[in-house]
Amino acid sequence: MSNPERLSFISGVGRSASGRRLGRTAMDLTLDAALEAIADAGLTRDDIDGIATYPGGDAIMSRGFGGPSASAVQDALRLDINYLYGSGEGSAQLGSIIEASSAIAAGLAKHVLVFRTVTESTMQGMAGRNPGGGMQRMGGFLMQFGAVSATNWFAQVAQLHMHKYGTTREQLAQIALTCRTNAGVNPRAVYRDPLTMDDYLNARMISTPLCLLDCDVPVDGSTAMVVSHVDYAKDAPHIAAHINAVGTAQIGRPSWDQYEDMTSMLAQGVSKHLWSRTDLKPADVDVAELYDGFSIITLAWLEALGFCEQGEGGAFIEGGQRIARTGELPINTHGGQLSEGRLHGYGHVYEAVVQLRGDAGERQIPGAEVIVAANGGGPIAGAMLLTKGIRD
Amino acid sequence: MAIDHDILAVRIAPQDDPETDFFWASGEDGKLRFKRCQSCGYYSHPPTPRCPKCLSGEMVPEVVSGKATVLTYTVNVQQWVPGQEPYIIGLVTMDEQDDLRLTTNLVGVPLDADNIIGMRVEVRFLARDDVWYPLFVPEGTPE
Ligand SMILES: [Zn+2]
Repeated sequence: MSNPERLSFISGVGRSASGRRLGRTAMDLTLDAALEAIADAGLTRDDIDGIATYPGGDAIMSRGFGGPSASAVQDALRLDINYLYGSGEGSAQLGSIIEASSAIAAGLAKHVLVFRTVTESTMQGMAGRNPGGGMQRMGGFLMQFGAVSATNWFAQVAQLHMHKYGTTREQLAQIALTCRTNAGVNPRAVYRDPLTMDDYLNARMISTPLCLLDCDVPVDGSTAMVVSHVDYAKDAPHIAAHINAVGTAQIGRPSWDQYEDMTSMLAQGVSKHLWSRTDLKPADVDVAELYDGFSIITLAWLEALGFCEQGEGGAFIEGGQRIARTGELPINTHGGQLSEGRLHGYGHVYEAVVQLRGDAGERQIPGAEVIVAANGGGPIAGAMLLTKGIRD
Repeated sequence: MAIDHDILAVRIAPQDDPETDFFWASGEDGKLRFKRCQSCGYYSHPPTPRCPKCLSGEMVPEVVSGKATVLTYTVNVQQWVPGQEPYIIGLVTMDEQDDLRLTTNLVGVPLDADNIIGMRVEVRFLARDDVWYPLFVPEGTPE
């Protein structure tokens, strides 16, 4: 085992119901997902000896952005555990999964329950929109100028990308169109009706050049997984989604407006770090599940991860064929957050596991054996490379 | 010199913070200030008690020219606040240092202008409740 992260794999996955305004509590959803993940891993709750979440904290205080704290779930399931972690800092949402992997590598736990729960749809319905969401703490020199939403912050990235590299709205549209096409064969997706280029170009502008269809859709839902030590792989009921490498580096200023290359994000350093920890190359990747809180984030990840050169993302996705399910690099095969709904990073990892197992049904990518999952945008980033079955 | 009309229906005030209070009060005399290292000359924004380059603790607010170039921008259209008209959020690079950047509003710039990136701009202040917000107008705009 060349990297400590290869001591762990994702043994189980689970999901609650997800959708708009479910009207259920974060804990209720979380327990559904957690129990499903534990059973899917072939385990019982007595086997769980660690728990980790992003971002931790209180779902009410954060208006649905955060789920229940790790300790609240520990108590609800009456778990006795050796390791607990919950933080909004770290390698984006994926940081909680990487933390679980690290705890296993350190010998602190054997089976770590990880989860991410959002109830933003219900909470917005109760209390009105909450621009900036849980990210207000990052807006110290942004909010005062009406840059109150992450849409504004990423819009400036998209604008500069278009100016500097000639990227067009028609090119960027392919992220949203591809996600929608994939969501059409995902029964759990919120938006499944076909989307056309005309629909995109005529959609309401939010913050130029990003329109409504460049922005993901808040939902309620919980996603959970079990991260286990590789010793368990031979006994686990499903083929392992093995953690081949992680990217956790934070290179450059972690800031929405002070990062040196404002056509990109901290995704750049994370991607370099990821590839430095594996012999696999971008060309080996069969599927890419790339965070799409906003379409421009996915484009930035495609470039940062080296699927194309910096600035060539627009040309790379032009026409959409390359990133379609039948293309050379299918992306966001579940529909992404743009169409399936904002399960906030964990949805991408869940889909990666399902694809590696060959259980994605109509949307299955044949021969999917290496999948990269990337989370976060702006000053928040983490990435993970997963393989089908254990590889040394 | 000052800007009287606010393009924002609701402008969020900065929180009191001994580290940044000088920045929001700087415009009272019509001048923009950033903290500058007295040892190596580096400007630091957002302000920090030590120089992020040489770690000197001698960081003193210094007046800058107020001249800048637009690095990128967005026209916010979504009405986060009911009735809010579209407005421009800009990210500008101050002349003094190529990584001295400030998110701000661009005022007096047509929303559909196609030359905003790279536009030369200069500071004007909007005063509200003892806060002087540094906004930017095209260079040479009559005072
Ligand atoms: Zn210095």
